[in-house]
Amino acid sequence: MTAGVRITPSLVARLVVLAGAIVFFALAPLFMSNFRQSELVLVGIYFIAIIGLNIVTGYSGQISLGHGAFMGIGAYTTAILVTKYDVGQYWTIPLAGLIAGIVGFLFGFPALRLTGVYLALATFGLAVAFISLAQSTRFEGYTGGGGGLALGVPTTPYYLTWSIALGMFVAAWLLLRGRLGRRLRAVRDAPVAAVSSGINLALVKAIAFGLAALYAGVAGSLLVIRTGFVNYLTFPVLLSILLLTGAALGGFGSLGGVLFGALFIQYAPGLSATLPHVPKESAPSVMYGVILLIVLFLMPGGAAELVRRLLGLLKRLTGPRYSRRTGERVVS
Amino acid sequence: MTEFWEQIVAGLASGGIYATLALALVLIHRATGVINFAQGEMGMFSTYIAWSLLYTYGVPYWGTFAITLVISFFGGVLVYLALIRPLSRGGDIAIVIATIALLVILNGGAGWIWSPEVRSFESPFPIDRIEIGGVGISWQDLGTILVSIACVIVVFCFFRFTRVGLMMRASAQRPGTSRLLGIRVTLMLAIGWGLAAMLSAVSGMMAAPILTLDPNFMLIVLTYAFAAAVLGGIDSPVGAVAGAYILGVGISLLGTYWDYVTGAPELELPIALAVLLLILLFRPAGLFGRAVVRRV
Amino acid sequence: MALLELRDVEARYGQVKALHGVSLSVADGQAVSILGANGAGKTTTLRAVSGTVKKTGEVVFDGKSIGRRSPEAIARLGIAHVPEGREIFGELSVWENVCLGAVTRRGWRDARRECERVIDYFPRIAGRRGQQAGTLSGGEQQMLALARALVSKPRLLLLDEPSLGLAPKAVRDFYEIVAAMNRDFGLTVLVVEQNATIALDATEQTYVLEVGRVVLEGPSEELQRHERVRASYLGY
Repeated sequence: MTAGVRITPSLVARLVVLAGAIVFFALAPLFMSNFRQSELVLVGIYFIAIIGLNIVTGYSGQISLGHGAFMGIGAYTTAILVTKYDVGQYWTIPLAGLIAGIVGFLFGFPALRLTGVYLALATFGLAVAFISLAQSTRFEGYTGGGGGLALGVPTTPYYLTWSIALGMFVAAWLLLRGRLGRRLRAVRDAPVAAVSSGINLALVKAIAFGLAALYAGVAGSLLVIRTGFVNYLTFPVLLSILLLTGAALGGFGSLGGVLFGALFIQYAPGLSATLPHVPKESAPSVMYGVILLIVLFLMPGGAAELVRRLLGLLKRLTGPRYSRRTGERVVS
Repeated sequence: MTEFWEQIVAGLASGGIYATLALALVLIHRATGVINFAQGEMGMFSTYIAWSLLYTYGVPYWGTFAITLVISFFGGVLVYLALIRPLSRGGDIAIVIATIALLVILNGGAGWIWSPEVRSFESPFPIDRIEIGGVGISWQDLGTILVSIACVIVVFCFFRFTRVGLMMRASAQRPGTSRLLGIRVTLMLAIGWGLAAMLSAVSGMMAAPILTLDPNFMLIVLTYAFAAAVLGGIDSPVGAVAGAYILGVGISLLGTYWDYVTGAPELELPIALAVLLLILLFRPAGLFGRAVVRRV
Repeated sequence: MALLELRDVEARYGQVKALHGVSLSVADGQAVSILGANGAGKTTTLRAVSGTVKKTGEVVFDGKSIGRRSPEAIARLGIAHVPEGREIFGELSVWENVCLGAVTRRGWRDARRECERVIDYFPRIAGRRGQQAGTLSGGEQQMLALARALVSKPRLLLLDEPSLGLAPKAVRDFYEIVAAMNRDFGLTVLVVEQNATIALDATEQTYVLEVGRVVLEGPSEELQRHERVRASYLGY
């Protein structure tokens, strides 16, 4: 069976947008201050994390409120390897992703037997538990307890982050177009049929979860490299919440919306202000919540819905299509 | 041995706080099929309102308690009518996001209006302890236990023996058919949310004297309440309450008798959650939930 | 005097039109049936009356136009709709199910007396009040749904395919009670059925629907002998 790609106007449009985005991000640092670049690094980090979240929530339909915890696992992996074992920080990135991914897979296997509600709660619990564990004096030897671990000088790994982001974006795109993606969608849309056609539900769900955790782990690793520091406050419950809302705003099931979600998290007057990377202020989070609600009311499908509508418009503008098989007009 | 019983009592007291909130969660879930992630924050916000009544306006404690409950009731109704009902068309995820947005707004809002510094909140119960059978029990613990049990009993009686309670149960089970019987379903569901908000307020006001008041103080309570509700079976009020008391006592004993945890109270939550996950593996519907036959 | 009148009612589910201009009338105290195959629009017609489907056209009950009202309001006017599939509250007890029919009545105390009175009409379930309604058999559940509807002392009873999934004896028992209500208390009945035989026997007037339109109407007795009805719905 061929994995051919149909050339449609919408595909072309998306590739054009992608190319434009690549050009923008490639050239941006030439025109930007270091501060802005650092902000964009954060956007890239969120971007990677949200791609992962999208896989689990958008494509296989499971709500995860614990994504911050997996970012944390990746971050601490990197931090521990760098501070205790003197590994070069950039080499730790894939390892961080791998370990987070394995933990995610192992967590996912039992946890995903739970239905939606239970899973959301379990992942919420994971986010909360992670903070307790990171803070705990029992593990101080590894985690530095309340004080955390310091890597050294903060950096602005702009090109590294965005190259990884691009690479992982393409990887996700390919994966989701292929067998895994079809299986995930089957699991999401018609679980009974999926099982009848031989798909091992638990395995597929766990793989999706593990994959998502892997992405989060990589993101977390990059985060700690950027900030040069990590402790139990770096990944509060609010971060997991932010990631989920970012993914939702982008519109689940659409990789294109992910970028929107990442940008939203960073720049919406808001909750980003209460994260440890930036000074605290309570009012902005109210703003964030309100904006979130407004978007929810106007566009329950998120940015992806907007994009889909635009693409629909594009289809109409490029003329009707006729089915090769029956010769009739195709109305989509 | 007396220490054992004292820990049991302490566990029942914290269990009572979780039970009240867990009951609210189950109520909402049974009525509208929604997990209200903002339930804890609603309780937190109510507690702040109570704080203002107590310390800024000098209203005596039980008057504050009553007024806060009334305000919370209408708050819950408002949340349902303005937020949840309009968004139910958007699907499950839209509602989850909505309650999360509400969590964020309430959390930030409380910090904004009252400033995020930690404050104390008085307890209506005397500080001293009494002795029953050689076991020392604080009035605080005893009072908390009694209040939470009272809440549970009142809620149960309300649903089982009143007309409105029956209509609410019907509305939760089959809203369409209930309408055909002339039941004003929307009103019933709104009342349900109001009741849940009242329960959250009670939980908050019981927890505040112990945990001290700040915008985040209910997040841990919420997590334990979730765990209790899930442990007991998310649609079973009996289960949630039982689960909460079991959880409270279990954690209390854990903290006392397991050395690993004794010096590190922050491990209580992860361990509790790990145990919960384990239990769920073998009994996916919780200890008392009906096994939902999921074909897949 | 027509208790219920539908004039040119059109109804749709999303993009699909289910009723293409249905007109019918039910006189006070009459028993009327609507026949038709699956998908003919019978259930939709009842929904148009009880207010649970989007529609255009007029629905007049007791001289009042009820087309715009909510289902709750319509129920409170005295229209009891027993939906397809019975829709009883499985988790509640038999007694609670019956009492739910009376929740909207003003006096709660004499509403409960009414519950007692009605449930005695249904010996099969009267003895099981404490039982969970979900444990009753299909026939018993149908009885329960009927009892629930009767407790509200309706003026118009809408029955949607009550015979569905029931054994023949259960169907006969059911219709006996309905007939008694109609005969002795003047309860107006509009019943929708696929089981044409029993419907034609139990009612005075019948409408036949096909693809959302009324194609035949008349006294049930006459329609029983009508060629088309015999061929399509009675099988002989």
